[in-house]
Amino acid sequence: MSFINYSAREINCKIVYYGPGLCGKTTNLQFIYNRTNPEVKGKMISLATETERTLFFDFLPLALGEIRGFKTRFHLYTVPGQVFYDASRKLILKGVDGVVFVADSQVERMEANMESLDNLRVNLAEQGYDLDKIPFVMQYNKRDVPNAAPLDELRKLLNPTDSIPDFEACATKGTGVFETLKSSAKMILKDLRSMSR
Amino acid sequence: MMNNSLVMYDEDYRKLLAIIQRLVQDATAKGVFLVDTNGQMVADAGEMEGIDTTSLASLTAGNIAASSGLAKIIGEEEFPTHFHQGQRDNLFITLVANRIILVVVFDERSSLGLVRLRVKKAGVQVAQIFEEIRKKAEQEQASGGGSPFSEITDDDIDNLFSE
Ligand SMILES: Nc1nc2c(ncn2[C@@H]2O[C@H](COP(=O)(O)OP(=O)(O)OP(=O)(O)O)[C@@H](O)[C@H]2O)c(=O)[nH]1
Ligand SMILES: [Mg+2]
Repeated sequence: MSFINYSAREINCKIVYYGPGLCGKTTNLQFIYNRTNPEVKGKMISLATETERTLFFDFLPLALGEIRGFKTRFHLYTVPGQVFYDASRKLILKGVDGVVFVADSQVERMEANMESLDNLRVNLAEQGYDLDKIPFVMQYNKRDVPNAAPLDELRKLLNPTDSIPDFEACATKGTGVFETLKSSAKMILKDLRSMSR
Repeated sequence: MMNNSLVMYDEDYRKLLAIIQRLVQDATAKGVFLVDTNGQMVADAGEMEGIDTTSLASLTAGNIAASSGLAKIIGEEEFPTHFHQGQRDNLFITLVANRIILVVVFDERSSLGLVRLRVKKAGVQVAQIFEEIRKKAEQEQASGGGSPFSEITDDDIDNLFSE
């Protein structure tokens, strides 16, 4: 649910980073926050536990520039990945314009990836969204770990029909982080265009 | 489709601004904010300079979302009003027409009773404007067009990411 404000000549869109616990959602936002100019970003808010697990959400507002005289702003949110925070995840998905799924490349996290992806589909459907119809991007994170599953395998499980853009990433170093974000932002803007035609 | 944008034109914005500016005065408030339930700041009024309105909007929406989740768990429809009492400043938060959140910041120059009373009236007016906005959006949709985004090209989008 984007917000187009003719008075302020602004458009606001919401991107949600989804994925299993510890897959690196918060790390994505932290890297984006650390690497953008102060005039582009707002404050990053993290509602987290003492052990730095996301408790409710992380929030990072970004101003990407202007399109035809309209400032385009993206509000990035992460959900808490731990299974028992499902009620909170549902709340964060409200009004989403695009989803980035952050998968954990570690072999032993494959089941958690699949479970989280199913959970995303169900929670979106509950709000009337179809995962196959909204702007959706896949990120295979933690490509640097020694026990990373081969890319083919991840694809087969998480993007079997090769229908969505996907990116390899190492969020701690920042590899693939901006590529993922840009891809999602572009899909959202194109989606807005097609809806207004 | 669920994905309808909230589209606000200048005249609606001005009306909303007038309502919350009046509310600042009538309730002797420090600041009044209108926040979309999805976390976008819609309008603000008052004397609260330097406040991070973007963060305020996102946290307010999170707060309301969490408490309406709680309401459902115990079998309530909604907790439509919230009051947070601080050392100096207090927050009065109201959900209007299930769509928009009215936030009032006030201190000892005002009182909860006064704020509650004034918010009631302003809330009705805000609800009316949002009803108009909704109707306009429906008409727009029926006539198909008007969005600044129907005209943008792939180049426009790519240029946004060119630096
Ligand atoms: N090796 C490696 N570690 C990573 C990478 N990305 C994130 N991490 C680490 O994984 C841990 C968890 O990262 P977070 O970003 O907090 O994970 P999260 O997805 O936000 O987790 P929840 O908030 O519980 O849902 C941290 O210790 C990160 O440093 C990566 O690409 N490679
Ligand atoms: Mg996190």
